[in-house]
Amino acid sequence: MESKNPPNIITLVKTKFALYLPLIKSLQTGLLLLTGVTGYMSARCPVLPWSTFIGLICSLFLAISGSTVLNMVFDRDIDARMSRTADRPLPAGRISVKEALFLGLILSFGGLVWSFLLSFLYGIVVFAGLFIDVVIYTLWLKRKTAWSIVWGGVSGGMPILAGRALGLGELDIIGCLLSLSILLWIPTHILTFSMHYYNDYERAGIPTFPSTYGNKNTRLIIALSSLGVAFSIALGLFFLGLSWGYLRLLAVLTVGMLGLVLVSIFRPSVSINFGLFKYASLYMLSSMSMVLLGVL
Amino acid sequence: MKKISVLDRLLLLITGLIAAYQVVAGMDGCCVVVTIYYTIAFGILVVAALLLIIFGFEALDNSIVVVALALLPLSLSSGLIYRYIPGLHIVYLTFAVAGLVLILVTRYYVGGKIATVILGIVHGVAGLVIVILPVVLSLNGTAPPLFSFVGIGGALIGVGGLLLAFLKAGKPILPKDLIYSVLPCLLLAMTIAFVVGMAAEQ
Repeated sequence: MESKNPPNIITLVKTKFALYLPLIKSLQTGLLLLTGVTGYMSARCPVLPWSTFIGLICSLFLAISGSTVLNMVFDRDIDARMSRTADRPLPAGRISVKEALFLGLILSFGGLVWSFLLSFLYGIVVFAGLFIDVVIYTLWLKRKTAWSIVWGGVSGGMPILAGRALGLGELDIIGCLLSLSILLWIPTHILTFSMHYYNDYERAGIPTFPSTYGNKNTRLIIALSSLGVAFSIALGLFFLGLSWGYLRLLAVLTVGMLGLVLVSIFRPSVSINFGLFKYASLYMLSSMSMVLLGVL
Repeated sequence: MKKISVLDRLLLLITGLIAAYQVVAGMDGCCVVVTIYYTIAFGILVVAALLLIIFGFEALDNSIVVVALALLPLSLSSGLIYRYIPGLHIVYLTFAVAGLVLILVTRYYVGGKIATVILGIVHGVAGLVIVILPVVLSLNGTAPPLFSFVGIGGALIGVGGLLLAFLKAGKPILPKDLIYSVLPCLLLAMTIAFVVGMAAEQ
């Protein structure tokens, strides 16, 4: 007679890891983590002591992942109605709500405790990011108003502000400018998605800018947001004292973005719209890389 | 039209990164005017690489891209003229501005053969300056021998420009897909040649 062997610990960890990984949106979490590291290094380079630097990475990873998992839990009904997200672990039933909620709370709590242990100010900023993302954006405003994305942007700008606050020991204008650039970049990201997946959002009953104000106004807002990103990043890099070479490169990238913004307003198309979104993402990644390289 | 491949994207990314390096660190010791000219030239390479990565080769169908790409040889050659033959700078700058305006006007309002001829003339003159001047300067000892790499880059950009110009004119020298296949390699080789040449100049 065949007896079933209990799964060994390695198999169990592998299975759980494969199940949990899509819950934390690894790319988005990675990008936000990069902004946090950038914020920290912009204030403290070399990054010593290592314990603080590693603490920053781990606490931010836990807090960002935790808030993402909690968002997935609270948005599972919306995700189920959208073809783009219907295959996520929760709506697809690959993981129970209870397990995901437990995971989200453990990650968030762990991230917060670690943050407060590192520094009170840093802990406050990380807590603000988590609270705004989960409570204000997801639970309160996302299903009520298209303007909720502003709060999504505010929470997205918190990791870089937190990183700089930890490195510097206080909040300053550079941190606020870098944070503002992320805040303005996130609506660009979300609005482009909401235009591209218009029917999905309609089906899910989520108010978006395209459904509330029309595509033309949404394009204008995307364009203005992109300009805002360029302006705030440029000021941030300038005040940070980066060399003229980096500012020259930023000017070059900004001119490219301005060109795309103009084309998106005067000759709008789905391709240009999505192209602007991709360019803005590369712009953000390049800007963060420039800060990192510039302070090394 | 040929779909852009992962290898094409990788080559373009490397091109963009090398050009970005040149913008950031490769102009130490140049005066403000030359720095502006070189920044425009290498900046266009950075942005062009990014746009090609994002939009694929369809980006080359856009008239704005054609006009912007014309700025590359014009600004690079203007920088070389300003640095090595300053007496000719005003004359050359007048040619560059007039050429750019003509390209703009013929591309948007005239079109056809005239637009291609104007583009060919302006690109041709700027290309000749980029090819010949660094080689002559290297040969007569005004600049180090490696500076002639800028000339090689100029020759490569000339080849690329010719291939694209004839393609746009409806008389392609090579099959369209082959042109698009070699374009990323050509851009990368050209950028490396420029950067090596410029490094020798510092």
